[in-house]
Amino acid sequence: MIEHHLPALQVLLPLFAAPLLMFLVRWPTLAWAVTTAVCWAALLVSALLLEAVWAGGPISYAHGGWEPPYGIEYRVDTVNAFVLLIISGISAIVMPFARDSVEQEVPRDRIAWFYTAFLLANAGLLGIAITGDAFNIFVFFEISAIASYALIAMGRDRRALLASFTYLIMGTIGTTFLLIGIGFLYMMTGTLNLADLAERLPAVHDTSTIRAAFAFIAVGVSLKLALFPLHLWLPNAYTYAPSMVTVFLAATATKVAIYVLLRFFYSVFGVEFSFGVLPMGYVLMPLALLGILIPSIVATFQADVKRMLAYSSVAQVGYIILGFSFASTLGLMAAMLHLFNHAITKAALFMALGAIVYRIGSPRIDAMAGIARDMPWTMAAFVVGGLSLIGVPLTAGFITKWHLLLAALEAGLWPIAVFLLATSLIALIYIGRVVEAAYFRERPAGAVPVREAHPALLLPTWALALASVVFGIHTALPIGAAARAAELLLGGYP
Amino acid sequence: MNPHIVLRVGAKLLIPVIVLFGLYVQFHGEYSPGGGFQAGIIFAAALILYALIFGLETVQRAVPPGAVHALAGLGALLYMSIGIWSMLAGGNFLEYKVLLADAQRAEILGIILIELGVGVTVATVAITLFYSFAGRMRPEQDGG
Amino acid sequence: MEWLGLYNYWVVVVLMMTGFYVVIAQGNLIKKIVGLNIFQTSVFVFYISLAKLDGGTAPVYVEGTTAYTNPLPHVLILTAIVVSVALTAMGLALAVRVYEAYGSLEEDEINAQDEQDA
Repeated sequence: MIEHHLPALQVLLPLFAAPLLMFLVRWPTLAWAVTTAVCWAALLVSALLLEAVWAGGPISYAHGGWEPPYGIEYRVDTVNAFVLLIISGISAIVMPFARDSVEQEVPRDRIAWFYTAFLLANAGLLGIAITGDAFNIFVFFEISAIASYALIAMGRDRRALLASFTYLIMGTIGTTFLLIGIGFLYMMTGTLNLADLAERLPAVHDTSTIRAAFAFIAVGVSLKLALFPLHLWLPNAYTYAPSMVTVFLAATATKVAIYVLLRFFYSVFGVEFSFGVLPMGYVLMPLALLGILIPSIVATFQADVKRMLAYSSVAQVGYIILGFSFASTLGLMAAMLHLFNHAITKAALFMALGAIVYRIGSPRIDAMAGIARDMPWTMAAFVVGGLSLIGVPLTAGFITKWHLLLAALEAGLWPIAVFLLATSLIALIYIGRVVEAAYFRERPAGAVPVREAHPALLLPTWALALASVVFGIHTALPIGAAARAAELLLGGYP
Repeated sequence: MNPHIVLRVGAKLLIPVIVLFGLYVQFHGEYSPGGGFQAGIIFAAALILYALIFGLETVQRAVPPGAVHALAGLGALLYMSIGIWSMLAGGNFLEYKVLLADAQRAEILGIILIELGVGVTVATVAITLFYSFAGRMRPEQDGG
Repeated sequence: MEWLGLYNYWVVVVLMMTGFYVVIAQGNLIKKIVGLNIFQTSVFVFYISLAKLDGGTAPVYVEGTTAYTNPLPHVLILTAIVVSVALTAMGLALAVRVYEAYGSLEEDEINAQDEQDA
């Protein structure tokens, strides 16, 4: 009975809890507790969904009993079950961290509103991943986006406001482009259901309308996923947002947009059209390579560690798109793996940084001089996350880079293999700068003494840091899921 | 205190009609063009017109912001509760033909409740938007 | 004069480019929001005009009509308009807060203030 409703519950849980929180404005701790419970319940739902999909193939859920393609369908297969697990997993783990962090950064009377917006953003992201309807993707994009703008604007620095505004302008242009693209698709096929679109598109492939639709969707979603050079909104938004928001958005928001692009390129338009008829491989690959190189270099010059990690996020999107652009099983596996690995790695790094900022009050490298002695556990988690970001063997990051390497060699592109090694060295430089400051510099004389971070902050940070090691050694689950997902994507709409 | 007598009398004549029209659009939504979205906005327009002419405080005494917030949440909750109710009754989310024994009556019941939820939320959210922006302007432009 | 037959698309293109230009060229935050609204409106017009059928009537059953205008895009655009209203409200709210924090709505003045801080 309840198994049948799992897809609806996945989105409904956070969506239903969001307006409930409005009544808990006077009890912020209760609001936090409800949010935490909902996030863990959503994680349970997505774990059950992944299990069900793994064993029994795609699940379809018809809203209001209107059968697809007429009604709105939620459709879960291995690809989006995996993405759902990433989103709900990160939101569940970030919640114990959120309590102290949010209390420090958000005025007390706004905490319940903050969690309302957080749950709406969460519901929106889950909705994007789960829905099988093109217009529904647009609506959920906007739900998550509007909630994210509000969350970012709650940052303490007044620059958060302008960062949020820039994100609003660029994000809206992105989703409006997506809307135009969907309009073109509807014009030619008369359907909005993704599976139905995939079936009807081949008949009208060879029209300029469909090519225009493709272009609008590609550019629109690329804006949302911060594909270089459309990433300009990202560094400021991540830098000035409250710590907890940065952790959540960095780990999930761009990932979901990447999933949408994967879905459209591979499932809806099909590999032959996207990478055969249209030369998307030749468009995406150079952008991905530039997107890895330039933001990585920019990251090494940042004095603000949060901004440095934000630029590194743009570079990591480049890695995912690189895997994406090979249009091969190995490349797609690398992309799917990095969706997962980067989510846990970057969340661990931002959490460790959040815990440090909580104590020293500044995210600048100079302020972090010598803190490793006072905060050994937090810095150790940062180092573990950093190693995974660089791609050192026995960490999750290595697994991705290894698959990217294999995919590049399989495609006969050995310069890319060299390039990957070189860019990993750049990551080593920027992570190294932080480690150098924290471990090998003296605490400036007269600095306020700091204590180790509170266990409530430390525990989730370490959970994710350990996860990035565990999934670097015990790789069966992510690789298995990624392989299944890659196969599914290359095989058209299941 | 308010010199605009034409506006005041005009508004007093217009507002009941606007509210009535809002209710008409609300309850005719399932037969003819209309529904919760449009009705909610029309309803909010009546209140905003009143606030423009008689001042924000007057309106907020009758319709306090706290109540508006609560109603916005309740409307959304009503909408989703109908969905959950139909899940409990054995259908899919929002499949309201299973709510009553008679499928046709259940459809009508479902859509009226759904539209009520939409109408309440849209009206209160529009009013909230007006309140928050108008409230911000107060200190500088408190003329009339 | 075949291209005139598709005048609805010309309207859409002109609106879209006007809006897009305003978003990019204007430094004032409010004007940017206005531009964004024009840009989104062009998409609404696009959807509505693609639903229109020559000689079609409203999709209500009437004796003697066979052609109906497609109501689905209208519903989609109703949703998109609501989204656009929410976005406009969000954008204006941010603009108000920016003005309260910086005392200006011009992007370059705000950036200049930020550089002084840094």
